[in-house]
Amino acid sequence: MVQRAAIKDTMDAPAQGQFDEMHAPDGSVRNAYRPYQQWLSEQDSAWMRRKQFEAESLFRRTGITFNVYGEEDAEERLIPFDIVPRIITGAEWRKLSRGIEQRVRALNAFMHDLYHRQEIIRSGRLPERLLRHNKAWLPEMVGFTPPGGVYTHIVGIDLVRTGPDEFLVLEDNARTPSGVSYMLENRETMMAMFPELFTRIKVRPVSNYPRRLAKSLSACAPPCASANPTVAVLTPGIYNSAYFEHAFLADQMGAELVEGSDLRVIDGRVQMRTTKGFEPIDVLYRRVDDEFLDPLTFNPDSLLGVPGMMDVYRAGRVTIANAPGTGVADDKAIYSFMPEIVEFYTGEKPLLPNVQTWRCADPDSLKYVLDRLPELVVKEVHGSGGYGMLIGPTATRREIALFREKLAADPDNYIAQPTLSLSTCPIFTRQGLAPRHVDLRPFVLVSPDGIDITPGGLTRVALKKGSLVVNSSQGGGTKDSWVLDD
Amino acid sequence: MLGRVANGMFWMYRYLERAENTSRLLAAGHRMALTRGADVADEEWRSVLTTLGMLRQYQAQNDDFAGAHVCDFVLRSRANGQSVLSMFERARTNARTCRSAITTEVWEAVNEGWMALRDLLARPVRDSSLNAALSAIRRESTLARGATHGSMMRNEVYSFVRAGTFIERADNTARILDVKYYLLLPSLSYVGTPLDTGQWDNVLRSVSGERAYRWLNAGRMDARSIAELLILDDRFPRSLAFCYAAMRQNLAALARLHGHEGPAQALMREADQRLTGCTVEDIFDQGLHQFLVDFIARNQAVANAIADQYRFIA
Repeated sequence: MVQRAAIKDTMDAPAQGQFDEMHAPDGSVRNAYRPYQQWLSEQDSAWMRRKQFEAESLFRRTGITFNVYGEEDAEERLIPFDIVPRIITGAEWRKLSRGIEQRVRALNAFMHDLYHRQEIIRSGRLPERLLRHNKAWLPEMVGFTPPGGVYTHIVGIDLVRTGPDEFLVLEDNARTPSGVSYMLENRETMMAMFPELFTRIKVRPVSNYPRRLAKSLSACAPPCASANPTVAVLTPGIYNSAYFEHAFLADQMGAELVEGSDLRVIDGRVQMRTTKGFEPIDVLYRRVDDEFLDPLTFNPDSLLGVPGMMDVYRAGRVTIANAPGTGVADDKAIYSFMPEIVEFYTGEKPLLPNVQTWRCADPDSLKYVLDRLPELVVKEVHGSGGYGMLIGPTATRREIALFREKLAADPDNYIAQPTLSLSTCPIFTRQGLAPRHVDLRPFVLVSPDGIDITPGGLTRVALKKGSLVVNSSQGGGTKDSWVLDD
Repeated sequence: MLGRVANGMFWMYRYLERAENTSRLLAAGHRMALTRGADVADEEWRSVLTTLGMLRQYQAQNDDFAGAHVCDFVLRSRANGQSVLSMFERARTNARTCRSAITTEVWEAVNEGWMALRDLLARPVRDSSLNAALSAIRRESTLARGATHGSMMRNEVYSFVRAGTFIERADNTARILDVKYYLLLPSLSYVGTPLDTGQWDNVLRSVSGERAYRWLNAGRMDARSIAELLILDDRFPRSLAFCYAAMRQNLAALARLHGHEGPAQALMREADQRLTGCTVEDIFDQGLHQFLVDFIARNQAVANAIADQYRFIA
């Protein structure tokens, strides 16, 4: 009989005031994780270490890599993967998905209103200057309704958790949220490595996402499309950091993966150059930013887009997903109004709260923020990817001084939030399990047929002990996210 | 399918084929250098570079024809855009660009092949490990071809894959034969006489044809029989006739799919008729060199016509 080394559970009890999703304060294992913990306690720790290693080589082989912007040697990198799943109970998920659906419905109605009558501004619930100074606001979209009335075909809602019942929205990604390929590949990898886990524990599947995406996009096709609309994924090309995902989704949907150079506007349609000649596209799932879509309308130097595409779009003869101009909702100043926005358009109290946010444009808030910089997180209104932000508690004096100057110079450009004590989830380390901070990005599909949320999403995890930054560009990793079928 | 993707597939398989043929040529050169004197070796390495079309570029940076220098240049030199490593890199880049046109099996074969060769060729290859490195290159290319054969649909994508493979292979075989023929025959009066068997053995090795040749021509070694095998024998997978049988098949499939033929099919048929409609005597009457130069140009014209007809480039 081989002697097995049990996996050390170094997580006796979470730190004070810290919510761990696996362990209760008394050290016991929470319900959601009990079957997993039972399985884990039967495994050998050397075997688990080999599995962690195996996961990495699996990812490298499938080529699931990303490129990091702003690095000299822009090599393809792997996002680290942790083999301990993040587990959510069926009941928790049902509650969450109601909140997500409400929020996404409101977002879509908000977009329509912003580009039409602007009732929310007339009613005084949203200051007009937020639109005037918003670079993502597109005058070209005013008075135009996209096919099917859908603006945000694909949304990623970033959630953080601070307690058993406390999920908060950290960010709404309404432009072109990425990461869904990791959600899918993480599950594939887990099922390849631990098949017996999935026979013991019933987990809701995610693998039908590409099919649901194709269906949802087709349902948004313009009236001129045939019964079987042609869907294509528009990518900036292989040097884009998310290229793997673009190719992956096109492949999984059975759609064409096109670049700007493949496309041309002919006879009032967006058409792609095939070996047989030009053929029209009905729905373009674009992974190119607004400003590069059409050099005639936006950035004239763009080689990524298609000259004249916006005219075709405005004539209602192609669907662009997501609609141009939805980036307004990614803006963190707009974010701070989301509770009002949800209530305004749904007539309901928001089911999912925002993180408390101080708008530095407001003098009282600015004073409050400047007085408490070392305890707050300060973010640029238009920033993303974890860049251009200050995390007060871990910042140096110099960084804080720098932000003090920035805030004084351009307060409108910043918001501040309390440093949240994000929930932790165990990761597998050489020493055994260890708690690390996590967030969750569920993926939501919107079409005239309804709102479709894939159970789970992408869990990002800060691999460094104590770190709160989960972004892959800054040393974050990912985990498979389970919603239990209970 | 997209014209850009057709272009990417066509060239991905040209690159893979060229990487493989290059390694075969180096292996033959290496063997020659080991079995013959130093003078012969220098000449041999020089002819390898001539065949690959890299002679001028090589000479711009090197003063000698030492085996180690030639191998390093051909296999991995950053100064050489046509090196085996860069061929594989380009094949992989094309695979990435056209990821949704190939199966996971093919992608993994090319990606892993590239990773293996990148590590293998990270440092200069020592003489003692040259053979292992060259067979690794052939193995990776073979794996990619096997994955292609076993997992890809026989559709339009596949036709471009095969067209790229055989255009490149026909070009390589024609060049090897042409360069060697010039190099090996001191004068035309040698045609048809028994030859320096070591040298010709080398030609056969460059196309993995030594076994086939022995089997067909027990003991004999003359230019005609070798030219016959490499040009006209459609049973030998690196012969021009074999390549063009495959070209016929794949361009016919494309014509069926598109509902009509075009310049590519017409030019292919002309090139093919020059192969099927003649005997080895006809070829030598015309002059082997003349015949091969003409073939290489026609083959190139077919490739250009394919690119044009199927809208490879905007």
